[in-house]
Formats: sequence, C-alpha cells, structure tokens
Amino acid sequence: MAEISAGPSGHGASVVWWRDERKRALLWQILVVAAIAAALWFIASNTIENLRTLGVPLGLDFLEFPAGFAISFSLIPTDLESSIGRLILAGILNTLLATAICIVLSTILGFLIGVLRLSHNYLVSRLATAYVEAIRNVPLLVQLLFWYVAIVKLFPNVRQSINLGDVVFLSNRGIYAPRPVPQDDFSMVLVAVAAGIAIALGVRYWAKRRQEATGKQFPIGVAAVCAILLFPGLVSFILGNPVEWELPALKGFNFQGGIVLQPELATLIIGLSIYTAAFIAEIVRGGILAISHGQTEAAYALGLRPSRTLRLVVVPQSLRIIVPPLTSQYLNIAKNTTLAGAIAYPDIFSIIGTSLNQTGRAVENIAIMMGFFLLVSLVISWFMNWYNRRIALVER
Amino acid sequence: MKMKYLVASVALLAGMSTAAHAASTLESVKAAGKVKCGVNTGLTGFAAPNDQGVWSGLDVDLCKAVAAAIFGNADAVEYKPLNAEQRFTALQSGEVDLLSRNTTWTLSRDSQLGLDFRAINYYDGQGFMVRKDLGVSSATELKGATVCVQEGTTTEKNLGDFDKQYGLGTQPVKFKESDQARAAYDEGRCDAYTTDASGLAAERTGLKAPADQIILPEIISKEPLGPVVRHGDSQWADIVRWAHFVMLIGEEKGITSANVDDVKAKNANGVEGADAEIQRMLGIVDGKMGEGLGLSGDWAYNILKQVGNYGEVFERNVGKGSKLGLERGLNALWTQGGLQYAPPAR
Repeated sequence: MAEISAGPSGHGASVVWWRDERKRALLWQILVVAAIAAALWFIASNTIENLRTLGVPLGLDFLEFPAGFAISFSLIPTDLESSIGRLILAGILNTLLATAICIVLSTILGFLIGVLRLSHNYLVSRLATAYVEAIRNVPLLVQLLFWYVAIVKLFPNVRQSINLGDVVFLSNRGIYAPRPVPQDDFSMVLVAVAAGIAIALGVRYWAKRRQEATGKQFPIGVAAVCAILLFPGLVSFILGNPVEWELPALKGFNFQGGIVLQPELATLIIGLSIYTAAFIAEIVRGGILAISHGQTEAAYALGLRPSRTLRLVVVPQSLRIIVPPLTSQYLNIAKNTTLAGAIAYPDIFSIIGTSLNQTGRAVENIAIMMGFFLLVSLVISWFMNWYNRRIALVER
Repeated sequence: MKMKYLVASVALLAGMSTAAHAASTLESVKAAGKVKCGVNTGLTGFAAPNDQGVWSGLDVDLCKAVAAAIFGNADAVEYKPLNAEQRFTALQSGEVDLLSRNTTWTLSRDSQLGLDFRAINYYDGQGFMVRKDLGVSSATELKGATVCVQEGTTTEKNLGDFDKQYGLGTQPVKFKESDQARAAYDEGRCDAYTTDASGLAAERTGLKAPADQIILPEIISKEPLGPVVRHGDSQWADIVRWAHFVMLIGEEKGITSANVDDVKAKNANGVEGADAEIQRMLGIVDGKMGEGLGLSGDWAYNILKQVGNYGEVFERNVGKGSKLGLERGLNALWTQGGLQYAPPAR
C-alpha cells in the first residue's frame, strides 16, 4: 500500500532541525525579537552615555522641585509653592476633563448631525452636509484659534461685563457664576441624590420587565427626573437649603469669588467637539446606511414611526459598525487636546513644555507625557472594545 | 537567506557607529562649511526673517560674526528657528552648533543642562506692559490682575517670584507662542503683558495702538541674554565668546565696518602712532591671535568688516536706528557707564 509521506514536519520523520519548517520559523522569530531588543538597548544606552558626557542628570527627582509658576485653571488646588509633580498632575486632570466633556458633546452632536444628514428634508440634509464638509476640511488649530478670537471679541471687557441679575456675569475673561458652598447638612442631600439614582435604575428595570411581560409602558423618564431631581430637592428644602452661594464680585482688575468658565476651556470644548462631531457624523451615517433597507421597510410595515424605527431598530444594529471607528475618534480627541497650548489652556502638553524648559530634563518629561497618553488611549480603547463586544449581535 | 545578512549588517553598522568620533565642534563646522545657528522663530530686533526670508537681528549678527571669523564669510550660516521647548535639546543633541536665541544665563541652565554661557550680548530685565487707561503706574499695583505670558521661559518663573514677593495673586494666561499672547493682550483678555523689556518694545510695535501702551518702570529680574554652546568644547566656546568681544573692542577703538580698512592702513607696521592692540587684533602684526582659536590671522578683521562693531549692531537692530528705539542703557560700553566690557586682545 502506498504510504503518503507526511512531509518534513510529520511525526516520526527524522529530519535535520534547520530543514524543519516550524523550527526555522521559531528561529527567525527569536532572531528578530533579539534584534529589536538589541536596537532598543543600543538606543537607550547611547542616550544615557551621551547625557552623562554632557553632564545632564537623569532621573525623576525634578518632580519634587517647587515649580515657582502658577497656572490659570486647575481642578486641584495649586499655588506658587506647588511642586512640579503636582502641576503635572493638574495638567493631567485638565486634559482628562477636556477629553471627557468633548467625548460626550461630540458624540451627541455627531449622532444628531449624522441622522440629520439622512433626513428627507432637503434643507436640513444639505445644511448638515455643508457642516460636515466645512468642518472636516479646515485644520483643527485654525478652528481653535477662530473660536478663541470669536469668543474673546464677542464678549465685552471685564469692566463692561454683561450683568445677568447681578448673579451671573459674562465677559471676555470668562462666565462668572455663583459658587455653591456646601454647609454641614449637604451630605444628606448627596445621599438623597444617590438614593434617587438607585430608585430610578430600579424603576427602569421593573418597567422594562413589566413591558416585556404585559406590554404596558411606564413613563420611565418622568419617574427618573422625579427621583433624581425632585426627591433631593425636597430633602434639601426640608433641611433648609444647606447651601451658601458665593457670588462673584468685581474687585480691582478681576472678579473674585464664584466659579468661572474661562474662555480657554470653553474654546477647547466648543472647537474640539464641533470638529470631532463632523467626523462622528460621517461614521454614524455610514453605519445607518449599512443596515439593509429591508429592516426599515419591515418596521414601517409594522406601523412604527420613523423616529421609533431609527431608535429601536436601525441604530442598535448599526452600533456594531459605528463603535470601532468611534474608538479612533475618541483617541483623536484625547490627542487633539494637546493643541490647547495655542489657546492658553493649561493641559499636560503645555505644562510639560514649561517643566522641560525650566528643568532641562527633556527625556524624562517627554517620557512622562508619552506614558500618560499611552495609558489614556489604552483605557479608552479597552473600554470601547468591551462595549463593542457587549453590543455585538449574537448570530445563530 | 537575505534576512540573515540584513540583520548582521545592521548589527555591524550599529557597532561601528558606537565608536563615535570625538571631532571638535570647529572641525565639524569647517567640514560642513557653515555654522548651524539656533535662533528665535521671530522676535523683532533679535532674530526675525523678512519677507524674502533673510534673517536679521542682534542674535543673528552674532552668528554672522562667528561665521565671518571662521570662514571669512558672514553668510555661511544656516539659521534654525527654535521655539522655547526645542532650543536646549537641539543644542544638546548637536542639531545646532550655537544657540543664539536671547537665552537668559541662569544657574540651573548653566549647571544642569550640559551647556555653557560664554558671553552676554544683551543685558535685559523683565517688565510689564499695560494700557494707559488702566491707570496703573507701578507693577506692584497689579493685584489680582490677569497677565498674558509666553509659556516655558524664565518669564513665568520670574512672574511667580515677583507675585510671591508682593503678594499680588496675579492670574497668568499662558500661550505657546508669543504672538498669540500679544494678540490676546490686544483683545483685552489680559490686563498686562510681561516679557523681557526688549521683547516688550518689540511686541509693542505689533499692537493695534502702540501709543496707548505704557511699559511700567519696574524691572523685576536680571535677564543676561547671550549665546549658548555645549559643555566640553572650550575652543568653540572661546571662538563664540571672542567674536562678541572683538565687536566690543572694535567699538572701544572706534573701528566701524566702514572705516576698518582706513584704520588698518593708519595702523600699518611702522606707521607713527600705531595702536599695538589694533595691530594685533586686525592681523597687521602677526601676534598669533587666531592660532589658539584655530582661526586664520584676519578673523577679527573679517568680523568688523562684515558685521561691524557692537555699537553698529545694536543701533541697527534694537537701537535708535530700528523700530524698537531702545537706549543703550546697561548695554553701553563700560567707558560710557554700561556693562559691556571686553578683556584685552593680547
């Protein structure tokens, strides 16, 4: 009987190791990994050697040096005595704040524009198209500078600021509003808010179960608003409104007190959200168009209105297609916040730049910034991939 | 098969390049045929390109002086515009041979960056500019004011120190580029604008209403601006330093780019009343002045002929003959009560 030879990698065939395909492939991989490791080691050791020759110190001790400069906006309290490490942390929080707000706003706006572009209304769809084409094709830095100049020119000087009831002031230094200073009993109100959220989620869960069982709908939205807003409001009223308001007042050159939304943060949020929304709109439109028209027709045949069709039938299916490119856009938002230096928003890039200039430690500072962005990007993409898997349609 | 040779040859090349040649800066500059000079991206009076891309300024003239000393040609310079973050790394890594970018000489920069400061071509100080209608006459009155600064420079730190000393509580608004800071100040985003006094004069020319601005009298810091070189190459540092000193000695002796040939003739060997220092410096008598520096005998003559003396350089870039209109002030010669003093050329 003819025996089919199993070839060089077959069992029992004794062959020299360098003719064995699997072993050869393994050898190549080991060599390539070793070469890459050697290259990286060479770069690192060369850098360290050159820096040592120049006499430049290498290490993270500079993070404890007092920075000696102030920043215009920070979520954590900083002053002139703060260390460089603390200011870098403030920069990190500023970047994260801008990124988070922009992600939310651009997603909402992007979905809206994307759906509007598919509208049957001629004017609406053409306006959405014009928006997408115009915003996508102008560089982001130019748009940010445009918004900054527009906002600073639009609002009056701080001494002639627009006065809304002596409580809110609009000027080109920012929008000043009263700041709530929580008093002792405020923690009860916070507990009430948490309880309200829990109640709202519980009601939603119960209402969905009831709808699946009996078909009767329950006004979840109204119930949620009552639980989250009215209930804590009631608690606060009973406790005598345990909140003091600190009003902004014009003293000397600027307003003191109150909270302020500075034009820098506002510009970054507006400019970056509008820019990214144009890209998200196209992603959403592509996702919706990818769903077969039969789905829409079937939904219409069942008597569902177009808005319900979109919300309940088309978009859930299109999310599979939308979410991966959406991840890229979110990562772009995180990285595009580095342009904030052009409009004086103290994000991490701007603070690292100052730290680099003052301490001269280029390698460590850039490494910190790269590490931060890598971490943020990995977290965003990990979360989006998890979400993508969760909403994936399970096919039979 | 090919992969193996590729990997092997890359490893070999990598090995060869680690045996780095310790060529001196002067040798590599002579081999390149030009001086790579790091300058400001655009600061009127110090380093700015005109609309034909020709660079001019106080710092640019120092680069030209170094090039004239080495090559006999003041235009043998490649200008690399650098912003505040790039400048030190560019010099450390060898991308530029000389950093002539209105850089302040400070202790931390001198000791921690592996760089050397060898000359001060402009004694400056930080000041504030405000609008006249603010009614402020002193920087100590700026309590709680908003101040526009360019980030990353000694300006920020000095503002912080001044703030702490007088308890002003100023709010800084920091921009990456100085023109954005100036534009924001012009729009009224800030009450005051702060940078070196020479920079204030330069930026004021770009505002909408320069006549409505005043520069407050306080100078809150010392800003000795000068060229920077790398540690470890003293000969190159000496060349840069003496290029500046030659321009000072030239002004002391009254030698200008126009009359340097006459002066050379008047001080030729054997002429009555010849100045020995001029003879040595201009290479009339071979005093071997250029030898230690690795330069030819007429290096100083070339500097004075092609660039001029310090007074000429000052006047045409930042002085009365320029848009800035600054007084000599601290930058006058020591014989006129200023701080510019050159060691003797002997």
